[in-house]
Amino acid sequence: MAGASSDAATPASPRELFVAFTKLALQGFGGVLAVAQRVLVEERRWLTNAQFVEILALAQVLPGPNVCNVALMVGDRFFGARGAFAALAGMMAVPLVIVLILTAVYSQYAADPVVSGALKGMGAVAAGLIGGTALKLMGALRDNPLGAPACAVFAVVTFVLIALLRWPLAGVLLGLGTVACLWAAHALRSRREMP
Amino acid sequence: MAVDWLALFGHFLVFSLLSIGGAITVAPEMHRVLVDQMGLLTDAQFNASIAIAQASPGPNILFVAVMGFQAAGMAGMAVTLTGIMLPSTTLALMVSRWGHARREWLAVRAFKAGMAPLVIGLLVATAWLLTVQTPGKGHVLLTVASALIVWRTRLHLLALIAIGGVLGALGWV
Repeated sequence: MAGASSDAATPASPRELFVAFTKLALQGFGGVLAVAQRVLVEERRWLTNAQFVEILALAQVLPGPNVCNVALMVGDRFFGARGAFAALAGMMAVPLVIVLILTAVYSQYAADPVVSGALKGMGAVAAGLIGGTALKLMGALRDNPLGAPACAVFAVVTFVLIALLRWPLAGVLLGLGTVACLWAAHALRSRREMP
Repeated sequence: MAVDWLALFGHFLVFSLLSIGGAITVAPEMHRVLVDQMGLLTDAQFNASIAIAQASPGPNILFVAVMGFQAAGMAGMAVTLTGIMLPSTTLALMVSRWGHARREWLAVRAFKAGMAPLVIGLLVATAWLLTVQTPGKGHVLLTVASALIVWRTRLHLLALIAIGGVLGALGWV
Protein backbone atom coordinates (compact mmCIF):
# COMPACT_ATOMS: atom_id res chain seq x y z
CA MET A 1 0.00 0.00 0.00
CA ALA A 2 1.21 3.52 -0.75
CA GLY A 3 2.90 5.26 2.12
CA ALA A 4 3.25 2.12 4.23
CA SER A 5 6.16 2.25 6.63
CA SER A 6 8.94 -0.33 6.52
CA ASP A 7 7.59 -2.23 9.53
CA ALA A 8 4.13 -2.56 7.94
CA ALA A 9 2.63 -6.03 8.18
CA THR A 10 -0.15 -7.82 6.33
CA PRO A 11 -2.61 -10.43 7.53
CA ALA A 12 -1.80 -13.95 6.36
CA SER A 13 -5.32 -15.02 5.44
CA PRO A 14 -8.99 -14.01 5.56
CA ARG A 15 -9.21 -16.28 8.59
CA GLU A 16 -6.64 -14.14 10.40
CA LEU A 17 -8.72 -11.08 9.49
CA PHE A 18 -11.84 -12.73 10.91
CA VAL A 19 -10.11 -13.61 14.17
CA ALA A 20 -8.48 -10.18 14.52
CA PHE A 21 -11.76 -8.34 13.92
CA THR A 22 -13.63 -10.63 16.28
CA LYS A 23 -11.11 -9.95 19.07
CA LEU A 24 -11.17 -6.27 18.28
CA ALA A 25 -14.96 -6.04 18.33
CA LEU A 26 -15.17 -7.88 21.64
CA GLN A 27 -12.97 -5.22 23.26
CA GLY A 28 -15.16 -2.41 21.99
CA PHE A 29 -17.62 -1.31 24.63
CA GLY A 30 -19.52 1.83 23.65
CA GLY A 31 -17.92 1.88 20.21
CA VAL A 32 -15.16 0.01 18.41
CA LEU A 33 -13.27 2.88 16.82
CA ALA A 34 -10.65 3.39 19.53
CA VAL A 35 -9.89 -0.34 19.64
CA ALA A 36 -9.74 -0.48 15.85
CA GLN A 37 -7.04 2.21 15.79
CA ARG A 38 -5.09 0.53 18.60
CA VAL A 39 -5.22 -2.95 17.04
CA LEU A 40 -4.93 -2.19 13.31
CA VAL A 41 -2.30 0.56 13.60
CA GLU A 42 -0.37 0.02 16.82
CA GLU A 43 -0.53 -3.71 17.46
CA ARG A 44 -0.87 -5.45 14.09
CA ARG A 45 0.67 -2.61 12.01
CA TRP A 46 -1.60 -3.42 9.08
CA LEU A 47 -2.19 0.32 8.56
CA THR A 48 -0.40 3.56 9.36
CA ASN A 49 -2.24 6.31 11.24
CA ALA A 50 -2.47 8.24 7.96
CA GLN A 51 -4.02 5.27 6.16
CA PHE A 52 -6.42 4.77 9.05
CA VAL A 53 -7.57 8.39 8.79
CA GLU A 54 -7.99 8.05 5.00
CA ILE A 55 -10.15 4.96 5.34
CA LEU A 56 -12.10 6.51 8.19
CA ALA A 57 -12.76 9.63 6.12
CA LEU A 58 -14.34 7.56 3.37
CA ALA A 59 -16.24 5.45 5.92
CA GLN A 60 -17.65 8.60 7.49
CA VAL A 61 -18.87 10.35 4.37
CA LEU A 62 -20.58 7.20 3.13
CA PRO A 63 -23.77 5.92 4.72
CA GLY A 64 -23.52 2.95 7.06
CA PRO A 65 -21.86 2.21 10.37
CA ASN A 66 -18.35 3.71 10.29
CA VAL A 67 -16.46 0.85 11.90
CA CYS A 68 -18.20 -1.72 9.71
CA ASN A 69 -17.27 0.31 6.63
CA VAL A 70 -13.68 0.42 7.92
CA ALA A 71 -13.65 -3.37 8.42
CA LEU A 72 -15.02 -3.89 4.94
CA MET A 73 -12.49 -1.61 3.27
CA VAL A 74 -9.51 -3.00 5.20
CA GLY A 75 -10.54 -6.58 4.43
CA ASP A 76 -11.06 -5.73 0.77
CA ARG A 77 -7.60 -4.13 0.45
CA PHE A 78 -5.90 -7.33 1.58
CA PHE A 79 -8.07 -10.15 0.18
CA GLY A 80 -10.77 -8.63 -2.01
CA ALA A 81 -14.38 -9.59 -1.43
CA ARG A 82 -13.43 -12.60 0.71
CA GLY A 83 -11.36 -10.39 2.99
CA ALA A 84 -14.12 -7.81 3.18
CA PHE A 85 -16.62 -10.45 4.17
CA ALA A 86 -14.25 -12.06 6.68
CA ALA A 87 -13.49 -8.75 8.40
CA LEU A 88 -17.13 -7.67 8.53
CA ALA A 89 -18.28 -11.08 9.76
CA GLY A 90 -15.59 -11.00 12.44
CA MET A 91 -16.78 -7.58 13.52
CA MET A 92 -20.42 -8.66 13.82
CA ALA A 93 -20.97 -12.39 14.37
CA VAL A 94 -19.91 -13.01 17.98
CA PRO A 95 -21.02 -9.56 19.23
CA LEU A 96 -24.45 -10.27 17.69
CA VAL A 97 -24.83 -13.43 19.78
CA ILE A 98 -23.76 -11.55 22.92
CA VAL A 99 -26.11 -8.63 22.36
CA LEU A 100 -29.08 -10.99 21.86
CA ILE A 101 -28.25 -12.78 25.13
CA LEU A 102 -28.00 -9.41 26.89
CA THR A 103 -31.39 -8.47 25.44
CA ALA A 104 -32.88 -11.58 27.01
CA VAL A 105 -31.55 -10.76 30.51
CA TYR A 106 -31.70 -6.95 30.27
CA SER A 107 -35.10 -6.42 31.85
CA GLN A 108 -34.02 -8.10 35.10
CA TYR A 109 -31.09 -5.74 35.64
CA ALA A 110 -32.12 -2.51 33.95
CA ALA A 111 -33.34 -0.90 37.18
CA ASP A 112 -30.39 -2.01 39.34
CA PRO A 113 -28.47 1.11 40.49
CA VAL A 114 -25.11 -0.71 40.54
CA VAL A 115 -25.58 -1.92 36.96
CA SER A 116 -26.79 1.43 35.67
CA GLY A 117 -23.95 3.18 37.52
CA ALA A 118 -21.39 0.82 36.00
CA LEU A 119 -22.82 1.42 32.53
CA LYS A 120 -22.62 5.17 33.09
CA GLY A 121 -18.96 4.91 34.09
CA MET A 122 -18.18 2.70 31.11
CA GLY A 123 -19.97 5.17 28.86
CA ALA A 124 -17.84 8.04 30.16
CA VAL A 125 -14.65 6.09 29.45
CA ALA A 126 -15.94 5.05 26.00
CA ALA A 127 -16.43 8.73 25.13
CA GLY A 128 -12.89 9.42 26.36
CA LEU A 129 -11.49 6.64 24.18
CA ILE A 130 -12.89 8.32 21.09
CA GLY A 131 -11.47 11.68 22.17
CA GLY A 132 -8.08 10.11 22.89
CA THR A 133 -8.07 8.42 19.51
CA ALA A 134 -8.68 11.80 17.90
CA LEU A 135 -5.66 13.22 19.75
CA LYS A 136 -3.48 10.34 18.50
CA LEU A 137 -4.67 10.70 14.92
CA MET A 138 -3.63 14.37 14.91
CA GLY A 139 -0.15 13.03 14.14
CA ALA A 140 -1.50 11.87 10.78
CA LEU A 141 -2.07 15.52 9.80
CA ARG A 142 1.66 16.30 9.93
CA ASP A 143 2.22 15.58 6.22
CA ASN A 144 -1.11 17.01 5.13
CA PRO A 145 -0.75 19.35 2.12
CA LEU A 146 -3.18 21.79 3.75
CA GLY A 147 -0.53 22.66 6.34
CA ALA A 148 -0.92 22.69 10.09
CA PRO A 149 -2.79 26.02 10.54
CA ALA A 150 -5.48 25.19 7.95
CA CYS A 151 -5.86 21.67 9.36
CA ALA A 152 -6.37 23.12 12.83
CA VAL A 153 -8.99 25.56 11.52
CA PHE A 154 -10.93 22.85 9.66
CA ALA A 155 -10.86 20.51 12.69
CA VAL A 156 -11.99 23.22 15.10
CA VAL A 157 -14.75 24.48 12.78
CA THR A 158 -16.01 20.89 12.37
CA PHE A 159 -16.09 20.49 16.14
CA VAL A 160 -17.95 23.76 16.68
CA LEU A 161 -20.53 23.09 13.95
CA ILE A 162 -21.28 19.52 15.09
CA ALA A 163 -20.81 19.61 18.85
CA LEU A 164 -21.81 23.14 19.80
CA LEU A 165 -24.16 24.33 17.03
CA ARG A 166 -25.54 20.82 16.36
CA TRP A 167 -25.60 21.23 12.60
CA PRO A 168 -26.57 18.08 10.68
CA LEU A 169 -23.54 15.93 9.88
CA ALA A 170 -24.37 15.41 6.20
CA GLY A 171 -24.51 19.17 5.64
CA VAL A 172 -21.20 19.80 7.41
CA LEU A 173 -19.43 17.01 5.51
CA LEU A 174 -20.80 18.26 2.21
CA GLY A 175 -20.34 22.00 2.79
CA LEU A 176 -17.16 22.29 4.82
CA GLY A 177 -15.83 19.08 3.26
CA THR A 178 -16.09 20.55 -0.24
CA VAL A 179 -14.20 23.67 0.84
CA ALA A 180 -11.47 21.56 2.48
CA CYS A 181 -11.12 19.26 -0.54
CA LEU A 182 -10.93 22.16 -3.01
CA TRP A 183 -8.32 23.82 -0.81
CA ALA A 184 -6.36 20.55 -0.66
CA ALA A 185 -6.59 20.17 -4.45
CA HIS A 186 -5.20 23.67 -4.85
CA ALA A 187 -2.36 22.95 -2.39
CA LEU A 188 -1.51 19.66 -4.11
CA ARG A 189 -1.49 21.32 -7.52
CA SER A 190 0.79 24.17 -6.50
CA ARG A 191 3.08 21.71 -4.70
CA ARG A 192 3.37 19.73 -7.94
CA GLU A 193 4.28 22.84 -9.93
CA MET A 194 7.15 23.68 -7.61
CA PRO A 195 10.48 22.09 -8.59
CA MET B 1 -49.40 -9.63 15.38
CA ALA B 2 -48.99 -9.78 11.63
CA VAL B 3 -45.72 -8.27 10.49
CA ASP B 4 -45.45 -6.71 7.08
CA TRP B 5 -42.00 -8.15 6.34
CA LEU B 6 -41.59 -6.51 2.98
CA ALA B 7 -42.38 -3.06 4.35
CA LEU B 8 -40.03 -3.62 7.30
CA PHE B 9 -37.21 -4.71 5.00
CA GLY B 10 -37.87 -1.84 2.61
CA HIS B 11 -37.76 0.75 5.40
CA PHE B 12 -34.39 -0.51 6.62
CA LEU B 13 -32.95 -0.57 3.10
CA VAL B 14 -33.79 3.12 2.88
CA PHE B 15 -32.47 3.86 6.39
CA SER B 16 -29.19 2.26 5.35
CA LEU B 17 -28.66 4.72 2.53
CA LEU B 18 -29.60 7.66 4.76
CA SER B 19 -27.29 6.69 7.62
CA ILE B 20 -24.37 9.03 7.03
CA GLY B 21 -22.46 9.12 10.32
CA GLY B 22 -23.83 5.77 11.42
CA ALA B 23 -27.24 4.21 11.84
CA ILE B 24 -27.85 6.12 15.06
CA THR B 25 -28.41 9.27 12.96
CA VAL B 26 -31.61 7.73 11.54
CA ALA B 27 -32.86 6.54 14.95
CA PRO B 28 -35.62 9.20 14.96
CA GLU B 29 -36.89 7.82 11.62
CA MET B 30 -36.72 4.26 12.98
CA HIS B 31 -38.76 5.39 15.97
CA ARG B 32 -41.37 6.87 13.67
CA VAL B 33 -41.68 3.66 11.67
CA LEU B 34 -41.29 0.96 14.34
CA VAL B 35 -43.11 2.61 17.24
CA ASP B 36 -45.57 5.10 15.74
CA GLN B 37 -46.37 3.67 12.32
CA MET B 38 -46.04 -0.13 12.52
CA GLY B 39 -46.56 -0.49 16.28
CA LEU B 40 -43.92 -3.21 16.55
CA LEU B 41 -42.10 -1.72 19.55
CA THR B 42 -42.98 0.30 22.63
CA ASP B 43 -41.12 3.48 23.52
CA ALA B 44 -39.34 1.66 26.35
CA GLN B 45 -38.28 -1.21 24.09
CA PHE B 46 -36.97 1.25 21.53
CA ASN B 47 -34.82 3.09 24.07
CA ALA B 48 -33.68 -0.16 25.68
CA SER B 49 -32.47 -1.42 22.29
CA ILE B 50 -30.01 1.45 22.02
CA ALA B 51 -28.92 1.13 25.66
CA ILE B 52 -28.32 -2.63 25.40
CA ALA B 53 -26.23 -2.32 22.24
CA GLN B 54 -24.11 0.39 23.83
CA ALA B 55 -23.46 -1.72 26.92
CA SER B 56 -22.55 -4.70 24.79
CA PRO B 57 -19.18 -5.21 23.07
CA GLY B 58 -19.10 -4.72 19.31
CA PRO B 59 -20.30 -2.14 16.83
CA ASN B 60 -23.21 0.06 17.92
CA ILE B 61 -25.09 -0.86 14.74
CA LEU B 62 -26.22 -3.97 16.61
CA PHE B 63 -28.95 -1.85 18.20
CA VAL B 64 -30.80 -2.43 14.93
CA ALA B 65 -30.58 -6.20 15.49
CA VAL B 66 -31.95 -5.76 19.02
CA MET B 67 -34.85 -3.70 17.68
CA GLY B 68 -35.67 -6.33 15.06
CA PHE B 69 -35.40 -9.09 17.66
CA GLN B 70 -37.71 -7.32 20.10
CA ALA B 71 -40.15 -6.48 17.31
CA ALA B 72 -40.40 -9.90 15.65
CA GLY B 73 -37.93 -12.45 17.03
CA MET B 74 -35.05 -13.96 15.09
CA ALA B 75 -36.75 -13.39 11.73
CA GLY B 76 -37.22 -9.72 12.63
CA MET B 77 -33.58 -9.50 13.59
CA ALA B 78 -32.49 -11.00 10.28
CA VAL B 79 -34.72 -8.65 8.28
CA THR B 80 -33.71 -5.39 10.01
CA LEU B 81 -30.00 -6.22 10.19
CA THR B 82 -29.79 -7.36 6.56
CA GLY B 83 -31.79 -4.33 5.48
CA ILE B 84 -29.56 -1.84 7.32
CA MET B 85 -26.29 -3.47 6.17
CA LEU B 86 -26.85 -4.50 2.55
CA PRO B 87 -27.03 -1.15 0.71
CA SER B 88 -24.36 0.65 2.76
CA THR B 89 -21.82 -2.18 2.60
CA THR B 90 -22.32 -2.60 -1.16
CA LEU B 91 -21.87 1.11 -1.72
CA ALA B 92 -18.84 1.31 0.61
CA LEU B 93 -17.12 -1.54 -1.21
CA MET B 94 -17.78 -0.03 -4.62
CA VAL B 95 -16.62 3.47 -3.69
CA SER B 96 -13.56 2.18 -1.83
CA ARG B 97 -12.46 0.16 -4.86
CA TRP B 98 -13.14 3.02 -7.22
CA GLY B 99 -11.03 5.37 -5.09
CA HIS B 100 -8.23 2.88 -4.53
CA ALA B 101 -7.87 2.20 -8.26
CA ARG B 102 -7.58 5.96 -8.83
CA ARG B 103 -5.50 6.83 -5.77
CA GLU B 104 -3.02 8.87 -7.84
CA TRP B 105 -5.78 11.14 -9.17
CA LEU B 106 -5.70 14.68 -7.87
CA ALA B 107 -9.37 14.53 -6.86
CA VAL B 108 -8.87 11.36 -4.78
CA ARG B 109 -5.75 12.72 -3.08
CA ALA B 110 -7.50 16.04 -2.43
CA PHE B 111 -10.42 14.20 -0.87
CA LYS B 112 -8.15 12.26 1.49
CA ALA B 113 -6.16 15.33 2.47
CA GLY B 114 -9.15 17.64 2.76
CA MET B 115 -11.32 15.31 4.81
CA ALA B 116 -8.60 14.30 7.30
CA PRO B 117 -8.93 17.34 9.60
CA LEU B 118 -12.73 17.03 9.49
CA VAL B 119 -12.47 13.42 10.64
CA ILE B 120 -10.45 14.50 13.68
CA GLY B 121 -12.82 17.36 14.52
CA LEU B 122 -15.73 14.97 14.14
CA LEU B 123 -14.22 12.44 16.55
CA VAL B 124 -13.70 15.11 19.21
CA ALA B 125 -17.29 16.28 18.63
CA THR B 126 -18.55 12.70 19.07
CA ALA B 127 -16.69 12.35 22.37
CA TRP B 128 -18.08 15.71 23.49
CA LEU B 129 -21.69 14.88 22.58
CA LEU B 130 -21.47 11.46 24.26
CA THR B 131 -20.28 12.90 27.53
CA VAL B 132 -22.40 16.05 27.82
CA GLN B 133 -25.65 14.17 27.27
CA THR B 134 -25.28 12.76 30.81
CA PRO B 135 -25.49 15.33 33.60
CA GLY B 136 -22.78 15.53 36.28
CA LYS B 137 -19.17 16.65 36.58
CA GLY B 138 -17.46 13.39 37.62
CA HIS B 139 -18.62 11.93 34.35
CA VAL B 140 -16.94 14.62 32.23
CA LEU B 141 -13.77 14.39 34.33
CA LEU B 142 -13.62 10.64 33.71
CA THR B 143 -14.05 11.20 29.96
CA VAL B 144 -11.23 13.75 29.82
CA ALA B 145 -8.95 11.59 31.98
CA SER B 146 -9.50 8.53 29.81
CA ALA B 147 -8.89 10.55 26.63
CA LEU B 148 -5.52 11.70 27.99
CA ILE B 149 -4.60 8.19 29.15
CA VAL B 150 -5.42 6.67 25.74
CA TRP B 151 -3.43 9.38 24.03
CA ARG B 152 -0.33 9.15 26.18
CA THR B 153 -0.12 5.57 27.48
CA ARG B 154 -0.45 2.01 26.21
CA LEU B 155 -2.77 0.94 29.02
CA HIS B 156 -5.14 -1.76 27.78
CA LEU B 157 -8.45 -0.27 26.67
CA LEU B 158 -10.43 -2.97 28.48
CA ALA B 159 -8.64 -2.04 31.73
CA LEU B 160 -9.83 1.54 31.27
CA ILE B 161 -13.39 0.43 30.56
CA ALA B 162 -13.29 -1.78 33.65
CA ILE B 163 -12.05 1.10 35.82
CA GLY B 164 -14.91 3.23 34.48
CA GLY B 165 -17.37 0.46 35.29
CA VAL B 166 -16.09 0.11 38.87
CA LEU B 167 -16.12 3.87 39.48
CA GLY B 168 -19.66 4.01 38.11
CA ALA B 169 -20.84 1.03 40.16
CA LEU B 170 -19.49 2.75 43.29
CA GLY B 171 -21.56 5.78 42.34
CA TRP B 172 -18.58 8.09 41.93
CA VAL B 173 -19.35 9.37 38.44
